[in-house]
Amino acid sequence: MTDDARVYEQARWSDDNRYEPLLNEKDETTVDTDTSLPDDLTRDTLTLPDADEPVVARHYTRLSQENYGVDSGPYPLGSCTMKYNPKFTEDLAARDDASVHPSREETAQGTLAVMDRLQKHLARIGGMDAVTLQPPAGAAGEFTGILVARAYHRSNGDERSEVIVPDTAHGTNFASAAMAGYDVVELPSGDDGRVDVDALRAAVSDETALFMMTNPNTLGLFERDVREVADIVHDAGGLLYYDGANLNALLGRARPGDMGFDIMHYNLHKTFAAPHGGGGPGAGPVGVTDELAPFLPSPRVRETDEGYEFYEPAETVGKVHGFHGNWLVLLKAYAYIERLGDAGMRDTSGKAVLNANYLAEQVDYDVPYGPPHHEFVASAGERDALEVAKEMLDHGVHPPTTKWPEIVDEALMTEPTEAETKEALDRVAAAFNGTRDSNADDAPQNTTARRVDQTEAARNPRLSWHALDDG
Amino acid sequence: MTSPYAPHTDDEVRDMLDAVGADTVNELFDVPDELLHDGEFGVEPKDEREVVRHVDELLSRNDDVVEFLGRGSYDHYVPSAVDHLTLRSEFLTSYTQYQPEVAQGSLQALFEYQSMLVELTGLGVANASVYDAATALGEAALLAARVEDGDTVLVPETLLDERASVLRNYVEGAGLSVVEYPTEEGNADVDTVAERAEEAVMVYAETPNLRGVLEENLDALGDVAEDADALFCVGSDPVALSVLRPPADAGADIVIGDASVLGAPTAYGTGVGLFAVDEAHIRQVPGHLVGASTDESGRRAYTLTLQTREQHIRKERATSNICTNQAWLAIRAAVHAALLGASGLVELAERCVEEPRALAERLDGIDGVEAPVHDRPCFREFAARVDDAPRVRDELLERGFAVHALNDDEIQVCVTETNADATDDLVAAFEEVVA
Repeated sequence: MTDDARVYEQARWSDDNRYEPLLNEKDETTVDTDTSLPDDLTRDTLTLPDADEPVVARHYTRLSQENYGVDSGPYPLGSCTMKYNPKFTEDLAARDDASVHPSREETAQGTLAVMDRLQKHLARIGGMDAVTLQPPAGAAGEFTGILVARAYHRSNGDERSEVIVPDTAHGTNFASAAMAGYDVVELPSGDDGRVDVDALRAAVSDETALFMMTNPNTLGLFERDVREVADIVHDAGGLLYYDGANLNALLGRARPGDMGFDIMHYNLHKTFAAPHGGGGPGAGPVGVTDELAPFLPSPRVRETDEGYEFYEPAETVGKVHGFHGNWLVLLKAYAYIERLGDAGMRDTSGKAVLNANYLAEQVDYDVPYGPPHHEFVASAGERDALEVAKEMLDHGVHPPTTKWPEIVDEALMTEPTEAETKEALDRVAAAFNGTRDSNADDAPQNTTARRVDQTEAARNPRLSWHALDDG
Repeated sequence: MTSPYAPHTDDEVRDMLDAVGADTVNELFDVPDELLHDGEFGVEPKDEREVVRHVDELLSRNDDVVEFLGRGSYDHYVPSAVDHLTLRSEFLTSYTQYQPEVAQGSLQALFEYQSMLVELTGLGVANASVYDAATALGEAALLAARVEDGDTVLVPETLLDERASVLRNYVEGAGLSVVEYPTEEGNADVDTVAERAEEAVMVYAETPNLRGVLEENLDALGDVAEDADALFCVGSDPVALSVLRPPADAGADIVIGDASVLGAPTAYGTGVGLFAVDEAHIRQVPGHLVGASTDESGRRAYTLTLQTREQHIRKERATSNICTNQAWLAIRAAVHAALLGASGLVELAERCVEEPRALAERLDGIDGVEAPVHDRPCFREFAARVDDAPRVRDELLERGFAVHALNDDEIQVCVTETNADATDDLVAAFEEVVA
């Protein structure tokens, strides 16, 4: 295990007070803004950095060195599916003809062709009848799905007031339902970490608009009772929503549509390998059954004898993005699906689940719920999960998601993805296990910054260089 | 066939299965048989070259037209260095900075993005992006609804239909309705705004608006909003704001817009939601905020902050449902702004004033064209009056030029540094089409 002995040191540029200086600390200029516009519309001066390209290039290159990405090392951040992002899709996204103005339609047949084909791929993969590509992220997909559900119920003369969400669900589920004006009913999980079918039966009523579910759930467990869940929700007149954050576990093996889900979103930046970009952009297409297709956002793309065209669904909820969503992310995901094909997609979920099971086996911490699929949640037990995470950083491993879901004490939610080798997983396991008998509270040491004071940041918010007085 | 991005050898797979006590990968799936699918979707695996050729074939169906299109999506030249620097995979393949110690680079880049917007808007706080201008407008109205009494949002009649639709979807759950106010010669009709502001939580104005006109009544609108206890929200973009008065000077509480005018191709409307707000509302901001702090060595370091506003902690009481945002594109906007510098930004903005002015003058010289429709300062684009605007649009398109038809007798033309070279040809085509 020579790999265990390898030492991680992140790049660091520092002086006594800071790391890489801010750009305005290197170069700041105030220019007069003489323009041909009327004076009362314009500012007198503008004060911003005014550095030449070599200075800018070195600045951002150094900043990139002070950042950890999937290409830097293992990144088993649970629920985020930090898989490898193919390089060639970036070249496709950079093409001139991939970037047309959003008002074009007849003269953008190539763009519409990609959209139509991606919609069809996603519909088949999810077992859905119709797909919109417009939502620009997973949470936007949730919001869109909830709007569709609301419009559907209203079309039946049925104003419903509640959305039910399991206690292990992503925080976005709760927030999206609240944004759409629904009361959120939190459903406690059963002892086995899954949906408690009896509790659900007691929770549903003629106020239930939607039940939102993640499968496998955030503990990595497949909800085996999903068909019964669907019956309970449908019998109460509600709809069933699939949060696609964990679809990587089931790619090419099981489909939400076959489980009884009416609405789902896909996270193209997770399952379909578009890069996460330091926080985004993502894309959160939404799939629905035929019955709900008339309510999807406008416009939709369809193929006709003459080519492709946009149209407005009969009872559309309208728009959820100013234009067509994050098109470049759609293109990258389309190319990824075409590259993998059916067999590659099925292999992806197989290796993702194999990796999570293998890593769970190698980790010395207790994993209270199982069997896992694409991810597992270990418990740091007596240790603070945050301290465990900070120690893992020193081993060149991005730590798991910490302290969530809350039903596991000191949770370490771990999703290795299919992209890690056995050797890399052994290294992650060693990083995990090395923290077990430690009581260090001064990690990390080997990262660009040492432990960052979160309390100070929140107590005295300094959110721009104008607010700094530390030179 | 295995995934080219799952690097296991067959021996490794066997070792790993042994370690977990399974014979096959399939048996690791705790899925009832009746829910299993064979994964046959009809997609043949391809090698990388084949996919590139396939996508090349599809995208080659996009016609080669010269776009004089704007209305919310604008093309500026993106320097090559933006690609080279932001495609560095440490930026591109990372995610939200939950572990700030290994994410100083993207945190600092986003802090710099926020700082540039603070300078440009004159407001105290800018977030690390939302999706686009339309969703930023929705978030602004929801923020206003949390801090002000009322049940309407006032927007100009010139607001893009698509943005109005997104706004209605965002605010309906909060019990707000969207009410339009008229404009005169492209300017807000302040008296009507004043009459309608009583019930409003927010008054919204755009400069430039979707007809390219710079709003001249911002101060009056700011006063009206303040008198009515409504927030004042201004829509703009970082290029225009490089020369315009900071909206905060006119009393703006919020500035929204699309920062994708910097650093991003038009990309079918891919946006970067600019969201800046007065410091008084710092705890109401949607999305990620990067703040400065110190680390254990006493050096300045950056971290996501005030996270108790956000969905992963506050759930249904969060300020927004947003999680994944447009961070990489925000960094690209910051890199582009850094490459232009203050002087380059001002030059670019001046060009956005001069090019449309010059083009409008030339079009106005053609019999049958009146341009601009509003004799007002314009930015990037302007409306022109013609007979049968849809026909003019279609015939220009046959000649390889794309413009907007706004209605039966107005077209709209957008010109920046990227299509200015083609204005001679556009003018010639206009002469043919209108003659």
